[in-house]
Amino acid sequence: MKAAAGMPERDDAKRSVLDVRNIEVVFNHTVQVLRGLSLAVEEGSITALLGSNGAGKTTTLKAVSGLLDLENGAVTGGDILFDGAATRGFKPHELVRNGLFHVMEGRHVFEDLTVEENLVAATFSRAGASARDFDLVYSYFPRLHERRKALAGYLSGGEQQMLAIGRALVAQPRIILLDEPSLGLSPLLTEEIFTIIARINAEQGTSMLLVEQNAAMAFAVSSYAYIMETGRIVIDGPTDRLANDPDVREFYLGVGDEGASRNYRDVKHYKRRKRWLS
Amino acid sequence: MTDWLLLIEVSLAGIGSGGLYAITGLAFVLIYKATKVVNLAIGEILMLGAYVFFGFSAGLALPFWLAALGTVVVAGLLGAGIERTMIRPMLGESPIAVFMLTIGLGSILTGTVELIWGANPLRLPEYLPNQPLFLGDAYVSSKVATAFAIASVVVLIFLALFRFWRGGVALRATASDQAAAYSMGINVPKVFSLSWIIACVTAGVAGMLVGAIGGISPTMGVFGLSVLVVVIVGGLDSVLGALVAGLFIGLLEALAGAYLGGEYKTLATFVLLVVVLMVRPYGLFGTHEIERL
Repeated sequence: MKAAAGMPERDDAKRSVLDVRNIEVVFNHTVQVLRGLSLAVEEGSITALLGSNGAGKTTTLKAVSGLLDLENGAVTGGDILFDGAATRGFKPHELVRNGLFHVMEGRHVFEDLTVEENLVAATFSRAGASARDFDLVYSYFPRLHERRKALAGYLSGGEQQMLAIGRALVAQPRIILLDEPSLGLSPLLTEEIFTIIARINAEQGTSMLLVEQNAAMAFAVSSYAYIMETGRIVIDGPTDRLANDPDVREFYLGVGDEGASRNYRDVKHYKRRKRWLS
Repeated sequence: MTDWLLLIEVSLAGIGSGGLYAITGLAFVLIYKATKVVNLAIGEILMLGAYVFFGFSAGLALPFWLAALGTVVVAGLLGAGIERTMIRPMLGESPIAVFMLTIGLGSILTGTVELIWGANPLRLPEYLPNQPLFLGDAYVSSKVATAFAIASVVVLIFLALFRFWRGGVALRATASDQAAAYSMGINVPKVFSLSWIIACVTAGVAGMLVGAIGGISPTMGVFGLSVLVVVIVGGLDSVLGALVAGLFIGLLEALAGAYLGGEYKTLATFVLLVVVLMVRPYGLFGTHEIERL
C-alpha cells in the first residue's frame, strides 16, 4: 500500500487548497530534513500528518508557512501551492494575509499580553476585524471569555491551547496548519480540544493540516492521512482505510492483529527490525 | 536643618535629571525588547537630537514649537534610516556583530556633528523657564523641573501607546514571541522599524532637554554611558526597570556629586552597576535569562 514517493494518489475532482509537491528542505546549507515530500489538503477537509519524533512534520508545516527563514532553513526544491499559487518568495505575514495560518507547536501565546490582546494581535492580517469575530472565538471557547482580561502567561496549558486556536479562528483563514494541539494536555482536555477542532472545521469550513502524535485522535477527526518517516511520506490514504491497515495499527495505534494492546517495548523492537522503507 | 534642606534640594535635582535617564533608558529598552539589539549609540542619537534642535532653533531661527517638531521628525527619519540600512541587513548575524555596529554608528554620528557644528560646546537658545522655583523651602531649578515634567509626559504617552494603540499590541507581541508574531501575520520588519523610530524620537526629545539644561557638545553622547548603567540595573528588557533605575541613578549621581564631590558621580553609578551585576545579573526587573555578548 505504499504510495509512490512522487504524487499522492488523490481524487482530483475536489480542489486542493494546499498542494506540496516534492519539496526538499535543508538547514544551515548542510542538513537535509525533507527529501521529496508531497502532500495535498483538500478544500474543507482535515488532513492529518503523522510520524515519529524527528520525522520532519513540524519542518513541513514551517516550510509551508514560511517560518523556516527564522531558523536558517530553506526550501531547496519542489513547489508549494497555496490556493493554486506558488508561495515561494512570500513572507509569512503575507501568507497569513492570504489566509494561511500556522498554529505553532507549544502554543506560543504572548505571555505578557492579555487573552484579548492576544486575539487582537492575530487580526493584523485582516482589514476589518469586528467584535463579532471575537464573539465567534468566545462561542467556541467560553473559557477564554471568562479569562479575557487575564495575562496569557497565567492560563493553564489547555486554556493556552484554546487561545492558540482562537487566534487562528479570529484571523478567519482558509487553512490552519495545526501543530501538536494535544502537546502536554490531559487525555480529557485533548478530547475536548479535538471536538472543537472538528466543529470549527465543520461549521466554518476551514481546511486544516493537522500534525499530531496522538494518532488515534488524529484519525478520529481527519478524512485523509499521511504518515512520514525521515523526511518523506511513506504511506497515505483515506483515514478509514489507514486506520484498518495492520501495519499502521501496529506502529501508530499500538494495537496488534488480535486487537489487544502490545507491550510498548515489543513494538519498539519490532519497529527497529522493520522500517517502512528499507 | 539646612542639612535636611540641602539633602532635599539635591535629591529633587537628582530625580529631575533621573527623569531624562528614564526616558532615554526607555528608548534603549524599546529597541532591545522588540529587536534584541543592544543599541550603544543611544547617547549619540540623543546628542544628534540636541544638535538638530540647535540647527532648527538657533541656525534657522525657527520658533520653539516648529524647531521641536522638526527635531522629532528628523529623529524619526534617522531611526527609520538606521534600521533599514544598518540593522535589518544584520538580521540573524551574531549579537556581538550588531553590538559593534552600533558602536560604529555612534562614532559616525559624533563625527558628523563635529563636521557640521564643530567640536566646541554650544548653548541652546533659552526656552525653558528660568526663574527659581520653590517647593516649600527647597529650591528647584525650574529648567530641571520643566524637563522632568516633559519627560513624565513622554513616559505617559509611551505607556498609553503600548497599552491602547493597535501598533502597541504588535510591538509587545513581537517583543514577547517573535516567531509567533510572524506566524500570525504581524509584519515583524515593520515593527522593527517602528520601534527604532519611536526610540529615536524619544532619545531626540531627551537630547533637547539635556541640551537645554547643560548645553550641547559632541561629547554629550557619554550620557549614553549612564543610560547603559540604568538599563543594566533595571533589566535590559524591562520598561518598569528603566523608569525606576533611571530615577534612582539620577538620585545617586546627585547625592554622590553633592556629598562626595563631582568626581565620584560616575564612580558611584558604576559601583552600583558592579553590585547589581553580581547580585542580579539580569537586572532588578529583567527576565532571568542572561544575554551573552
